[in-house]
Amino acid sequence: MTTTKAEKKKQQPDAATAARWKDWLRQMLLIRRFEEKAGEAYSLGKIGGFCHLYIGQEAVAVGSIAALGPGDYIVASYREHGHALARGLSARVVMAELFGKADGCSGGKGGSMHIFDASKGFLGGHGIVGGHIPLATGMAFSAKYRDSHEVAVCYFGEAAVNNGAFHEALNMAALWKLPAVYICENNRYGMGTALERASAIYDISERACSYDMANEVVDGQDVLTVHQAMTRAVTRARDEKHPTLLEIRTYRFMGHSMSDPIHGHYRTREEVEEHRKRDPVVVWGDRLKAEGILDEEGIKALDADVISEVEDAYQFADKSPDPEPGMLFADVYAPTGDR
Amino acid sequence: MALVTYRDALNQALREEMRRDGQVLLMGEEVGVYQGAYKVSRGLLDEFGPMRVVDTPITELGFAGVGVGAAMTGLRPVIEFMTWNFALLAIDQIVNSAAKMRYMSGGQVATPIVFRGPGGAALQLAAQHSQAFESWYAHIPGLKVVMPATPADAKGLLKSAIRDDDPVVFIEGEMLYNVKGEVPDGEHVVPIGQADVKRAGGDVTLVCHSKSVSVALKAAELLAADGIEAEVVDLRTIRPLDEEAVLASVAKTHRAVVVEEGWAFAGVGAQVVDIIQREIFDELDAPVLRVTGADVPMPYNKHLEKAAKADPPKVVAAVRKVLYLE
Repeated sequence: MTTTKAEKKKQQPDAATAARWKDWLRQMLLIRRFEEKAGEAYSLGKIGGFCHLYIGQEAVAVGSIAALGPGDYIVASYREHGHALARGLSARVVMAELFGKADGCSGGKGGSMHIFDASKGFLGGHGIVGGHIPLATGMAFSAKYRDSHEVAVCYFGEAAVNNGAFHEALNMAALWKLPAVYICENNRYGMGTALERASAIYDISERACSYDMANEVVDGQDVLTVHQAMTRAVTRARDEKHPTLLEIRTYRFMGHSMSDPIHGHYRTREEVEEHRKRDPVVVWGDRLKAEGILDEEGIKALDADVISEVEDAYQFADKSPDPEPGMLFADVYAPTGDR
Repeated sequence: MALVTYRDALNQALREEMRRDGQVLLMGEEVGVYQGAYKVSRGLLDEFGPMRVVDTPITELGFAGVGVGAAMTGLRPVIEFMTWNFALLAIDQIVNSAAKMRYMSGGQVATPIVFRGPGGAALQLAAQHSQAFESWYAHIPGLKVVMPATPADAKGLLKSAIRDDDPVVFIEGEMLYNVKGEVPDGEHVVPIGQADVKRAGGDVTLVCHSKSVSVALKAAELLAADGIEAEVVDLRTIRPLDEEAVLASVAKTHRAVVVEEGWAFAGVGAQVVDIIQREIFDELDAPVLRVTGADVPMPYNKHLEKAAKADPPKVVAAVRKVLYLE
């Protein structure tokens, strides 16, 4: 197929778009390499407790968070390393938090499941499935109460939609017309239970009909598609004060947590391999090559760049001190309130 | 000083704090148009409007979480539970969200929120509506637990709770709403964490809180008729517990009985007894006894219900035991 010079120029994104698209690839690569390193560190005993990797779902966090403003709020589940990195928390402070160190973004007291940076509106990783969905509704309520233009965004898996917190939170958001975006990252499995073994309906997005709420099904392996859907949802929230439920279909390439094998008893190796063919990092890399924004060498250079950033984060986390023993009793109550 | 009901004292506290601070709002079932299931919020919707007096669907888990999210982002919500029995549906938000947020965020995120509503048994409401859950919440680091017994304390402590930067579980006495008492005029604030001696005496200490304060005071009257002077220490705050006040009284009387509405097992009284034996063992002239609710779900039948509740005769009997009169 041949294209004329004029056609090529027309299709070509402008310089700002090209830079942005390239940055999305960089962010996805950073998350991928970060998570691989976290898995390695877990095996070495540097990271303890539960550790849930985001590999395979990178386009969801990167594409959606890119549509937010600096004042917007984000709450996520316990599979939130990727969202934190996409929000601009440094790999250093996130890795240090996974290591439980004093320089971690939560001072080493939160760990993998409780990543916070209030200055960036990143209000947690939360460990109880669905429990954080009402918090997002509250943040959206708060934005409306203060007559500000902030939007609250909540990330959760498809397994969370079966519990009461989801229903209660979305009903109130629609009832009160709150500026919220609920993102269901449908990665097909709640731990080892497939969607169709847990939910009476297959299309999660249809649950929004119960609340007369806008909704979309989105291809989560394509960062641009995610971004476009999220931009529509954020505009609807910010300008029209209407919430949206986005069902973003993706796939978890790794086990549920570090203690879960990649396929286990609940899915086949073939199924995982099939989904890996639509690796979001590869999909987007191919797109950038097709657009003439990056060539293979350029992608390799980006990859080398993030690998060294992750290595730096690992060394930083490893060298960071443990929290002071006195921190055990700090921050249970407000400093003036603890009497 | 004005004679005010416990209900209206709470109403005054809410109204004054909402006037004082635009970030304070009230949210819960029937708080607005209906004027409150127990009329604590009477007139507030008219004065403050629906954005600050928010009627919710019947969704305790949901609106408790909405309150926490709002508190994390700059507001100071007061979340009303129609009763604390229904708050069991919301306990995940109180314990896993509100109580933990400051700690697990490394001190970055405060949750200034008040969860309030009536607790304890009323009359013939049976097993699911007659429960005292204060020891459940007092068990949780990160929460404060406040339980006023009088109108003056209700007003002063609710104002403190609303101004507090930590989550406060504020449990009102369902049977106390109509009780009248003197409430100081003007600004009246009672600090969280301070017990109050409601009656002075030198023979035995009665440690109590909320509705059990009136049980202890009646018992003290009965005992006084027999020449026994009981000191009634109202904890007012369960967490943080005013250990000093309890210890000072027991060090003086050398005998103590702890009275509470709730069940005995791991109850508030268990903690009080622990403090006394640990800190002033040598001061004790008798083992500390407890008068609690019977270890059963609350029965509906009024005679059985009476038998299940802590009452003045049971307190008198316990006092006579610690005085070795029985």
